[in-house]
Amino acid sequence: MLENTRREDLTYVGRGVDRVDTLEKITGHALYTGDLRMPGLLHAKTKRSPHAKARIRRINTQKAERLPGVHAVITGDELDNRLGLYLVDKHVLARGSVRYHGEAVAAVAADTPAIAQHAVELIDVEYETEEPVLDPVAAFRRNAPLVHPDLGRYNYIKEVFTPLPGTNIANHTKLRKGDIEKGFKDADLIVEREYSNPNVQHVPMETHVAIGQWLPENRITIWTSAQSPFTVRNLFCHAFKVPRNQVRVFVPYVGGGFGGKAGIGLEPLACCLSRKAGGRPVKLQATREEEFSLLPCRSGLVYKIKTGVQKDGKITAQKMTLFWDAGAYADYAVNVTRASGYSAAGPYEIPNAWIDSYTMYTNKPFGTAYRGFGHVEVSWGVERHMDFIAHKLKIDPLEFRKTNALKPGSLTLTGETVTEHTGNVTRCMEAVSREIQYGSLTKAEKAREKRTGMKIGKAVVALHKAPAMPPFTATAVIIKMNEDATVTVNLALTEIGQGAYTAIAQIVAEQLRFPMDRIKVSLDSDTDKEPYDWQTVASKGLVLSGNASILAAQDLLKKAYETAGQVLRASPVDLDHDDTNVFVKHHPGKSVPFSRLAVGYAYPDGNAIGGPLIGVGQYIAQGLTNLDKETGQGLPALDWTYGAHGLVVEVDPATGEFNVIRIASAFDAGKVINPKTTRGQIVGGVLQGLGTAMCEGYIYDESGRLMNSSFTDNKILTAMDVPEEMVGIAVETPQIDGAYGARGVGEHPMIAICGGLGNAIHNACGADLVHMPIRAEDVWRAIHKIPEPPRTGFLRGKSCKP
Amino acid sequence: MRVKATINGRRIERDVPDSITLLHFLREDLGLTGTKEGCGSGECGACTVLMNGRTVNACLVLAAEIDGAVIETIEAESKDGKLSKLQEKFHKHHASQCGFCTPGMVMSLKSLVRENPKPSEEEIREAIDGNFCRCTGYKQIIEAVQDATGQLKKPEDIHYA
Repeated sequence: MLENTRREDLTYVGRGVDRVDTLEKITGHALYTGDLRMPGLLHAKTKRSPHAKARIRRINTQKAERLPGVHAVITGDELDNRLGLYLVDKHVLARGSVRYHGEAVAAVAADTPAIAQHAVELIDVEYETEEPVLDPVAAFRRNAPLVHPDLGRYNYIKEVFTPLPGTNIANHTKLRKGDIEKGFKDADLIVEREYSNPNVQHVPMETHVAIGQWLPENRITIWTSAQSPFTVRNLFCHAFKVPRNQVRVFVPYVGGGFGGKAGIGLEPLACCLSRKAGGRPVKLQATREEEFSLLPCRSGLVYKIKTGVQKDGKITAQKMTLFWDAGAYADYAVNVTRASGYSAAGPYEIPNAWIDSYTMYTNKPFGTAYRGFGHVEVSWGVERHMDFIAHKLKIDPLEFRKTNALKPGSLTLTGETVTEHTGNVTRCMEAVSREIQYGSLTKAEKAREKRTGMKIGKAVVALHKAPAMPPFTATAVIIKMNEDATVTVNLALTEIGQGAYTAIAQIVAEQLRFPMDRIKVSLDSDTDKEPYDWQTVASKGLVLSGNASILAAQDLLKKAYETAGQVLRASPVDLDHDDTNVFVKHHPGKSVPFSRLAVGYAYPDGNAIGGPLIGVGQYIAQGLTNLDKETGQGLPALDWTYGAHGLVVEVDPATGEFNVIRIASAFDAGKVINPKTTRGQIVGGVLQGLGTAMCEGYIYDESGRLMNSSFTDNKILTAMDVPEEMVGIAVETPQIDGAYGARGVGEHPMIAICGGLGNAIHNACGADLVHMPIRAEDVWRAIHKIPEPPRTGFLRGKSCKP
Repeated sequence: MRVKATINGRRIERDVPDSITLLHFLREDLGLTGTKEGCGSGECGACTVLMNGRTVNACLVLAAEIDGAVIETIEAESKDGKLSKLQEKFHKHHASQCGFCTPGMVMSLKSLVRENPKPSEEEIREAIDGNFCRCTGYKQIIEAVQDATGQLKKPEDIHYA
């Protein structure tokens, strides 16, 4: 939409304007859910399972109920309500059995958090432990203990997902393209390797928090840190069979999400406690420890890639088998599996492809959406694999990538034809390659090697991602004009730090030709007042809500022109406007100010016409299809954002310690709406990707207990870890159906950083790494070819042989 | 226990239970919710405030310990409706995304700049090493401080290929 607008014709779009949401944040006045105070507020705590798998024999809550200050105690026995976004498999509280260490089995609401905690400790639960299944490959075996024996009875979205009852497979996504046998026959070289990634936590700085109030007659209000208010409402209403208009979900400022707050979380439990406590509002805020072990994480992954390639570097076939370690519940993991199924090869053309992507239930914390899902994880193996093949062929890895890169005329894995409007991954690779002076070491770098004794390696990796969303994903935006011709924008896409509201304000300002200070985007989201939006996920906000904003602004102007036409006795087609007035094009002196049209125009005698000006814009993804369940063929992608990273890394060959010196990252953003927010997404995403690559990941003991559920042992990167140089580069191949040609770039900076780091380290010192994360000791072991000890509770040294 | 303290320039005198933290006291008793809780165990720095001019994690200080102390929180950073220089530069450089770490981050940097008006990049990084930020990648925060201390050579931007 408006994709061919020239840069010089744009006033607000493309400029690094100030963010519209920071003033409250930098002064400490922004209210997040945990900051809200209300009369009669109670505080909740949960009782959690000390076993990865067990039957619940009995729960005794009597002592807890008798404790002064306790208002409600609740167990799973009372709540036969199931939740699930795609596959409805999870009770609000564990019922009958527990499926992971840390799962909530009971909860208490009390006057204070301390009383609630004391009451939780008074709850007595008797368990009968069972043998857990802790790795996804073991879970795949025929005789594996079942995490969900009732899988066959669960509801799920049948058009999209394929659970296999009687197994631990929550979903099997298949991709079949071309003739895989022939593809391998045509190959000169076949390379087959295994890779793995652990579970990883999102770590939003604000832990999950919800306040629920369930009044008589099912009048329900939820205040929550969720990313997607309408999805919280939808799933809540499904689970409790209440009408949508009885449930109001309110999202104030959100302290980061990264996918971890995309679905429904603590809200149902807070509401059920409120119902039991006579309708008093109940607040349930996760501790940091609960953030790791009660709430969902990113699924782990064990996978095998087999690639056939000709001597000239052309890939002929690729077969991939992916076992997603989804943990105890399906949540988003089934859709992560699906997304990886249709895009797993990266931004490369694979003429003959065969992919089996399995969501495996295990007795571990469950997996959910995490920034770039299905791509960050798989890009690790794919990008390591590409380098490995290139080295085998003695072809430069960048040239190998360029040979196989998707380009106009290429067919994606699902059979979509790439056009010159799709984006340009080769330009992204070339841009970062130039930026890091790929191919050799500079004089300064050689001097640095000499000075430090470190070895410097470089790598270029490429990536792509399209929003993983239903083909019919929709949104709407409303713009209301105020009496003084300022406007207020309402939408339910939430501002979670990504800068969406600033971009929306810029788009509205551009369309209305009003200065930015006359545009306000209402900063909280309320399902009673905002128009529908599916979810704040998938880097789809700029395309869908951006388009809806353009349409809403045009609708507002159309309505203003209708009234102005009557006032000015002119046809709306003969009208134009500036930031103050609507005027007749051929008699510019004949004009009426917006401020006199905003809430209806009144003639001097009191007669009036028009009315409050409200613009409405609806937008729905168009032309997308569900994928064929047998072949994976179809059109899943709203837009593909391509990108590339170039990394310069130095490694100490004696110890395996390494530093990331420089990262350049390029994305085909279509059109950069705000270069400062784009840079913020790039730098922040790249660093989050480095965290995933370098140090983050869950470690379990033999019984499935999470060993590192705190910042002490599960670190995230700090300011001391920031590479010396980080460069963000934009390529702009306009997206025809993007707002001003824009594509999303929110998730993409995080993708393929891990593979880039692994490749740069390999190129520096020869360490061949296949497991994430890459810690100094892993590099040291790989350099010295010392076998890695089994990663407990994950691979456990077993090879992946389906 | 009875404590007397100066909080954001105002004298207070309150009875506080022995067991509550300064963080709890600020947020729950005084309504100063600008100071955030990110972990409750002194690791993430979201609750950083100044106590007698030095940064502390408010989650690790007992309210009872502040008797006689001067406490500064984010709420006092802007005066008479005007942003402080640090806040101004945070705004200008997009140094705050979700904003949850921002109050603690600003307090750590306020303490740094007060003691060291021209901190090097390394000193800035060290000053916020205890303040986790998951959104920004820290770069724009570092640049905001460099700008606030008159040291930013040229504002960094994305390049167009």
